[in-house]
Amino acid sequence: MATKSPIDDPRLDSRTGEYAVIAPGHTFKSVTQKIAGLVLTSNTPLGWFGGLTVAGGVATLVIIALTWLFLKGVGIWGVTIPGAWGFAIINFVWWIGIGHAGTLISAILLLFKQTWRNSINRFAEAMTIFAVVCAGTFPLIHVGRPWLGYWLFPYPSTMNVWPQFRSPLAWDVFAVSTYATISIVFWYIGMIPDFGTLRDRAVMPFAKYMYGMLALGWRGSTRHWIRYESASLLLAGLATPLVLSVHTVISFDFAVAAMAGWHTTIFPPYFVAGAIYSGFAMVLTLAIPIRKFYHLEDLITLRHLDNMAKVMLGTGCIVGYGYCMEVFMSWYSASHWEFFMMWNRMFGPMGWAYWCLILSNLAIPLTTLWSRKLRVNVVYLFILSFIVNTGMWLERFVIVVTSLYREYLPSSWGTYRATKWDYMTFIGTWGLFTFLFLLFVRFLPMIPISEIRMMLPQTKIRPGGADAETVVEETI
Amino acid sequence: MTPREGIYGLLAEFNTPTDLVRATEQAHQAGFRRMECYTPYPVEEAAVALRFHKTRVPLVCLLGGVMGVTTAFLMETWISVWSYPLNIAGRPLFSWPAFIIPAYEWTILFAGLSAAFGMLALNGLPQLYHPLFNVPNFRDGASTDKFFLCLEAEDPRFSILETRAFLENFAPVSVVEVEL
Repeated sequence: MATKSPIDDPRLDSRTGEYAVIAPGHTFKSVTQKIAGLVLTSNTPLGWFGGLTVAGGVATLVIIALTWLFLKGVGIWGVTIPGAWGFAIINFVWWIGIGHAGTLISAILLLFKQTWRNSINRFAEAMTIFAVVCAGTFPLIHVGRPWLGYWLFPYPSTMNVWPQFRSPLAWDVFAVSTYATISIVFWYIGMIPDFGTLRDRAVMPFAKYMYGMLALGWRGSTRHWIRYESASLLLAGLATPLVLSVHTVISFDFAVAAMAGWHTTIFPPYFVAGAIYSGFAMVLTLAIPIRKFYHLEDLITLRHLDNMAKVMLGTGCIVGYGYCMEVFMSWYSASHWEFFMMWNRMFGPMGWAYWCLILSNLAIPLTTLWSRKLRVNVVYLFILSFIVNTGMWLERFVIVVTSLYREYLPSSWGTYRATKWDYMTFIGTWGLFTFLFLLFVRFLPMIPISEIRMMLPQTKIRPGGADAETVVEETI
Repeated sequence: MTPREGIYGLLAEFNTPTDLVRATEQAHQAGFRRMECYTPYPVEEAAVALRFHKTRVPLVCLLGGVMGVTTAFLMETWISVWSYPLNIAGRPLFSWPAFIIPAYEWTILFAGLSAAFGMLALNGLPQLYHPLFNVPNFRDGASTDKFFLCLEAEDPRFSILETRAFLENFAPVSVVEVEL
């Protein structure tokens, strides 16, 4: 097969033969000005206000829906017996899965020394936090009496009642609250040096003051940097097992229950892979318009998009394996109920959801992402990211609903139909997520400036310096 | 407390990390100890030149993690066995495999918070005022694209004239006095 020589491609770095991580010709000053300028500019783009208005409008849906929910109770939702778990759990798992790619990019790729991640890790972490905010809403509101949500935590109450630690739902509280806390701390610690830069470059006194407070007096001392790097590596090392454990614990909510379609040991790895798959899709959904809108093509290059598409291809294959194993095990288990559940999932009244999920999670992405041409095609990736996230939402829908609505006793069979309040809450969280994200890109440095500086060729130390002092060469 | 008067030190500005590392190394050779480099991104070679190798952040993190796992596991055991024993489908009151999961999460929670806040505490942050912020070229460059070496006045070898002459040897962009 005749392949085009990659040398001709102007986007390739001639030294490494790979897509350049960031475009050549940048200096410490130019990257600083570029990224800090987005935040410190006094000309907020008109499109940002438009986006904020639309997102805020959509976010009001969640406020309306929750107000009605608190007034009337969870009866306004479509949940009933046997379909006792509905949108709240589906949306919770979907949102928190989206968040996982942010931690993967910021922690796991840092440990693997994948420097290309530096351009995208900050907003991927922001995406994690806002996704966790949306995700955390659902378990809280679905408990029925959210004002008593603090009962979930172990605190010495006068009633002398404590949580029940053998329940996966109690594990969830620990996993998700730890995940939210560590994600926020990691995000903030990562921003401290950049807040220092913003403090020093801000012109408006209020901005100077605010960024100065947030920077905590950071001055770039070498001893501080060494401790800072040490803490960042430790946090990355801690966030890695954390992110794997969070979706594992969430899968336990299902796997521990003795329900056909849920009671399976493949759930933890399959949930984690699915989470990363959908999360990378969401990073693409956000990165593609941002790099276009803010002209960041130099910093978020095609190599980033290509790499993210490759991660999606890899995790998508794991998810595909998970689907195959589910089908295989329902046959191999020789369990009548497992077998029926799978038949019902594929060919029952809600079979359309299963086939839509196979189409959007496996058939479309896993056939096309092998082509590099498509992996660097921005428009295609943008559309694909929506397809994959739809598929991942359908996957959770299929797992939750089709396992429940026709359970062991045919006499208790029912169906599940979401109400308008379910849809309003779900669509409202998209607005909330976008709203928070737009505030983030306006007021916080969306690309880590100090980490981008480290990727420039100017960082290279020439041993001995300009006039080659011998002592220096011996000691360094 | 040292008296808050006089100068904090002499601050030399360099354009490249190479010049900074060379000057730092030479200053160490000349016997200076109370000195610090300021860079817009971590320069490990500067830490080598300062002979700053070990941080206690990992130890703080480890202690936090040990505290987290102990706290969570003992709390779960005490609650489930003594304070509020519940018979859940006949499982033993001391269901340690189930207790591992919250204990695991709190290990990470405590270790992560210890690493983050321990790092800030060891760095003496937050510290919103520092004499260096009085220097205009430090504010302009230290967090953008310039590299600084500060030889502090508390060093016994420090003397304004000689130290300034010493720093001028490395052809810095500028050498300025940092006022307290």
